Amino acid sequence: MSGGNIVARRPFPAAAREELGDAQLRANLRKATHTIRDKRLRVVGEVPDWEALRQSGAAIKDDVLSRLPELLEEFEATATAAGATVHWARDAAEACAVVTQLVRDTGATEVVKVKSMATQEIGLNEALEAAGIDAVETDLAELIVQLADDTPSHILVPAIHYNRSQIREIFTRNGLSALTDDPPALAEAARRHLRAKFLSARVGISGANFAVAESGALVVVESEGNGRMCLTLPETLISVVGIEKILPTFRDLEVFLQLLPRSSTGERMNPYTSLWTGVTPGDGPQTVHIVLVDNGRTETLADDVGRQALRCIRCSACLNVCPVYERVGGHAYGSVYPGPIGAILSPQMSGEGANRTLPYASTLCGACYDACPVQINIPEVLVHLRQTGPHPVAERAAMRALSWAMRDRRRYTAALRAARRGAAPVRWVAGRRGTVRHLPWPLSRWTSTRDAPLPAKQTFREWWATERGQA
Amino acid sequence: MSARDEVLRRVRAARPAVPVAVPREYLAVDGAEDLVALLVDRLLDYKATVRRCNPDELAGTVAELLSGASTVVAPSGAPEGWLSGYQGRVLRDGEPQQLAVADLDAPGVAVLTGCAVAVARTGTLILDAGPDQGRRALSLVPDHHVCVVHSGQVAGGVPEALARLADPTQPLTLISGPSATSDIELNRVEGVHGPRRLDVVVVVG
Ligand code: SF4
Repeated sequence: MSGGNIVARRPFPAAAREELGDAQLRANLRKATHTIRDKRLRVVGEVPDWEALRQSGAAIKDDVLSRLPELLEEFEATATAAGATVHWARDAAEACAVVTQLVRDTGATEVVKVKSMATQEIGLNEALEAAGIDAVETDLAELIVQLADDTPSHILVPAIHYNRSQIREIFTRNGLSALTDDPPALAEAARRHLRAKFLSARVGISGANFAVAESGALVVVESEGNGRMCLTLPETLISVVGIEKILPTFRDLEVFLQLLPRSSTGERMNPYTSLWTGVTPGDGPQTVHIVLVDNGRTETLADDVGRQALRCIRCSACLNVCPVYERVGGHAYGSVYPGPIGAILSPQMSGEGANRTLPYASTLCGACYDACPVQINIPEVLVHLRQTGPHPVAERAAMRALSWAMRDRRRYTAALRAARRGAAPVRWVAGRRGTVRHLPWPLSRWTSTRDAPLPAKQTFREWWATERGQA
Repeated sequence: MSARDEVLRRVRAARPAVPVAVPREYLAVDGAEDLVALLVDRLLDYKATVRRCNPDELAGTVAELLSGASTVVAPSGAPEGWLSGYQGRVLRDGEPQQLAVADLDAPGVAVLTGCAVAVARTGTLILDAGPDQGRRALSLVPDHHVCVVHSGQVAGGVPEALARLADPTQPLTLISGPSATSDIELNRVEGVHGPRRLDVVVVVG
């Protein structure tokens, strides 16, 4: 059982076709993903033990998955002993209900939020809004998306699809004044807009990048200081944490605090990382809640090949190197988890509807696997999901037609001849490319989503017949 | 069944019950020769202001960096000597009461703290709420943060630095440069919600 914003409303091919028509979007994405690719390669290249760190990162996460029940219980015990209250949620709806009730209990009608994939996944903002509670996103990119009444299109930089002048326009429409579209001026406008909210907020809501079982500590990795504001100034702090975020020991952070910043924003270290363990008298929130969420993670954990997706630390390196993501952007994936990781995580966590097309949203080029700091073999999982999952309608129909033709030699020969006749007029157009974009029905089912090689001028049987005089 | 029991039951049913050995072949010790030089290089790269000085020059250096601030907030355990050259108003947090957020947010306020340990390789200052650092809000709300680092506090890489922390259950803040964002076209831009000016005084000797 799961739910929330991980279930696509439309199949990937339909959504992708529409996004591909937006030239501005493609230009923005191209610029941003190429900037970050170069930065990442530079800072990863200067770490001599990068491969050893990746190996340790992957193994620590695998170890966590194999000991997850014990580690979750340990985390619950240590966090509780440190003064936090731990809650559990089976799915998105339950997690939203828990958080909504906790906010209601404080009497607050506004909460400040640190960017968090888990709260986006469960659709928390929508749930709070329905309960009459304003959820203010404080991360710059989240704020842009919220003001534009849009949805995020990237794990790390939800507004990656907007360029600076579009951002300024969104700000101006919403009464935030930025003198120019210079990034520092835009950052200044966000600072002024949110300052009063931070200083008066009574409830903060966050996710967590890591949860340390041995101590009960939570970790938030961020850049702007909006996270520190939300984690430090309110009286009450509620953190929504996926059950796979556990690390066994504090020492394990020595691996992930090297892997994550270099893989995500391409920096040696992100500007701010906060760790807190329950309640500290006189410092920060005095009421601390932690909501541990399943929402389809255990379904993913049950799959021998697919469970490696749960190692993911949401760095977004796989999105930034993906040729498909670069062209269609995050919205086409219809889930808060877009790109290569989304293509394997969303269908496994939800197993529903249009998500079934997501494992096909890839060329299997393998760039994501090379970039992944925890060595998730995304192509392997994609192929696995294609094999086990139901095939998309078009492909199923094409396969059915093909198998009907291939079951009978005469039908097969006739179909090949038809294909050749259909292709003859385009042979000279295709030229050296040797592929054809549109084949006649029923093979059009195949070429609607891919190019087909031109049919050979002769079949093997025909060639054999002319060479040897018999078929 | 409660949500807790149900989730734990599902996890038990789904998890692979094979023990996993965790290799740790990565560098435990960074191996850089001049840690202070490396730290300074990395701090400058993130647009922090850096001053190197010897212990005698500390008060003068701090006063110079704080010359534009009308008020300095300091945690109760920050040594008197750090501020002996500063002419403006000094507010000690917790003497007798915690300062209000409005005091920290007032124009012209700067904050002076120490740190627990610094990471040379990444240009990171780690604050662990020790007596010369105070609670987390102090180094967050004022727009100007001056941090004193003694050369003996500089560790090479992340593993060495984390291992040096006396009590990792204290609230920890890792600071690498002034607040910044990468949210506009994925380029780093300094100056968002945290202090926009970060000055680091590295005391050598
Ligand atoms: S799958 Fe790997 S590369 Fe992609 S976001 Fe997760 S950790 Fe990063």
